[in-house]
Amino acid sequence: MNQRETTTRPALRALACIAIAALLSSAGGVGCKKDSAGGAGPAGSTTTESAKIAGNAIRIGVLTDTSGLYADLAGQGSVVAAKMAVEDFGGKVGDQPVEVVFSDHQNKPDVGSNVARQWLDVDKVDAVVDVPTSSVALAVSEIVKQKNKVLLASGPGSSELTGKQCSPNTVHWTYDTYALANGTGNALVKTGGDTWFFLTADYAFGQALEKDTSAVVTASGGKVLGSVKHPLNASDFSSFLLQAQSSKAKVIGLANAGGDTINAIKSASEFGIVKGGQKLAGLLVFISDVHALGLKTAQGLDLTEAFYWDRDDMTRAFSKRFAEKHKGAMPTMVQAGVYSSVLHYLKAVKELKSAADGKAVVAKMEELPTDDPLFGKGTIRKDGRKIHPMYLYEVKAPGDSKGPWDYYKLVREIPAAEAFRPLEQSECPLVKK
Amino acid sequence: MTIPPQALFSQLLIGLINGSFYALLSLGLAIIFGLLNVINFAHGALYTTGAFVAWFLLQYAGLGYWPSLVVAPLVVGLFGVLLERTMLQRLAKLDPLYGLLLTFGVALVIQGLFRIQFGSSGQPYEIPDALKGATDVGFMVLPNYRAWVIVFSVLVCSATWYVIERTKLGSYLRAATENPVLVRAFGINVPRLVTLTYGAGVGLAALAGVLAAPIYRVSPLMGADQIIVVFAVVVIGGMGSILGSIVSGFSLGLIEGLTKVFYPEASDTVLFVLMALVLVFKPAGLFGRVT
Repeated sequence: MNQRETTTRPALRALACIAIAALLSSAGGVGCKKDSAGGAGPAGSTTTESAKIAGNAIRIGVLTDTSGLYADLAGQGSVVAAKMAVEDFGGKVGDQPVEVVFSDHQNKPDVGSNVARQWLDVDKVDAVVDVPTSSVALAVSEIVKQKNKVLLASGPGSSELTGKQCSPNTVHWTYDTYALANGTGNALVKTGGDTWFFLTADYAFGQALEKDTSAVVTASGGKVLGSVKHPLNASDFSSFLLQAQSSKAKVIGLANAGGDTINAIKSASEFGIVKGGQKLAGLLVFISDVHALGLKTAQGLDLTEAFYWDRDDMTRAFSKRFAEKHKGAMPTMVQAGVYSSVLHYLKAVKELKSAADGKAVVAKMEELPTDDPLFGKGTIRKDGRKIHPMYLYEVKAPGDSKGPWDYYKLVREIPAAEAFRPLEQSECPLVKK
Repeated sequence: MTIPPQALFSQLLIGLINGSFYALLSLGLAIIFGLLNVINFAHGALYTTGAFVAWFLLQYAGLGYWPSLVVAPLVVGLFGVLLERTMLQRLAKLDPLYGLLLTFGVALVIQGLFRIQFGSSGQPYEIPDALKGATDVGFMVLPNYRAWVIVFSVLVCSATWYVIERTKLGSYLRAATENPVLVRAFGINVPRLVTLTYGAGVGLAALAGVLAAPIYRVSPLMGADQIIVVFAVVVIGGMGSILGSIVSGFSLGLIEGLTKVFYPEASDTVLFVLMALVLVFKPAGLFGRVT
């Protein structure tokens, strides 16, 4: 009897341990790795190599996902891009040095908000950059507004950032859900895909993408038959795909991103969904996703991007330099957007000779026309929306590709004037007088 | 909403496929916990390692899926033996919490290394030619590979159960769990038994990893995504119970599948709700021994 008791007691204790561990890590989200950053608090993860340098430095904080499902499309690549922008600008604005710091927001609004607060209050960061994951970006945008600093959003997609929740301190740089819906959604409806079913990531971005695409589909005479919401970072999509299959919709719209899109496309090819006559629409597919899928699985996908490395000589030159610093990977549009937004930010700060007043900096950014090697000439609107052309691409078949990263052929350039939500339709309070 | 029976069947079948992975993973965990009293948090990372070993073998040695199914678990099993001998053994006399912390740390290191080297999007791994394609089973189109996953994992689970519950070796194992001192007095090398058990448990995780590679991507996060769910499965089944882990693995896969039909938003929380309920009403788990 005694034996028994001594073996069961640790067992029960172990049970309690597991329960605690499970709670901790599910509260901490997808896995365990983020404790390296989150546990130590934002200060621990803010890699300020030169944080001790003079207090007058201009600090750019890259807030991104360095460990989760968006780490390849943003992540360290965004940090590399920000550093390249600072370097290309000369490393200084007047006599003020420019520093780049970064942190992992783990795709969680609470973690992202904490880091942002710490950065703006204590670490004297002047601009927060990138912020993939719309829910995090919306939270950070609010904080940046309160502290009157600047948010240069390249990673997030929700068009809410320049819609109802727009802010005089935020510029939404690279793409948004409206532009994606307008590009891919429109193209598919025009080629006969007039009934849709959505697989939607259950958070701000997925919902916005579904909403915007539904609007486009309905406006062009199509019909939305239904949708299923899946958790962010779901590992198995077969169940959701079967629901989409039985809806008999002609197009299955994937209103998700990164690893979720990759898994969904992969399972769809396994379950013969495309062979069965339904078409998959990856509403947000990055080149890093295509790289991970391989052309064999990804071929034929239509997708909308703001940037492709192989577009012209200037993008090729930049991408080559970028790849050398980032393990041979070509930049995604998010990373390219980080580069171009930081460059324009520094221009505005140089004109103003100060980064102190975030609202003034953004106003200056809106006043100056944008011009850089990656996105060409453009403008920033009153609602914070950066305007440039978008591009509809089709993924090449394996036989047409000359090698790694040669993935897209251009279907259509969407001119800047049509690519984004027209200002008259905007719900942004800054626009209405 | 009304669900046609066809859709329901296919969802159940898909639940069973996911359940196969839960069962294989939780089986390894249960074996390790039963004998070593270690809560092996590195299990997910070793599952990832199994998938990566298969990918390495294909990429650098030209070994395809079938050899990997044997080689990868062996390689990872050896790594487990090393881990047990050099680190875990030293914690044997301490509170299980230390083992948990150690394996948690090991998991972070493994995951981090893979992520730094290969990025988070993962690497593609092809389905072996023999299992490509799909079969129409009446109510759904079932990919052949997924059918193979169910069959194979049922076989592995039953074989493991048989070895532990019905063979001489298994009886040593169970005896050593009950009273290591006495078993040692009969001339059985208990530390070696413990080491090999850890190796075997970890090998099962790697096997699941190889099975998963063609379905998901070979990605550094694939283990982290699974491990917490699998812990819930083990707790529900009863810590250290072999049969419990198998049965609850498959049945929780089914329950999760059903949730995805009726209320998809809850599909990643339903298992934890069940776990909480089980802990409240039957703290030792459904199949756990109560004293």
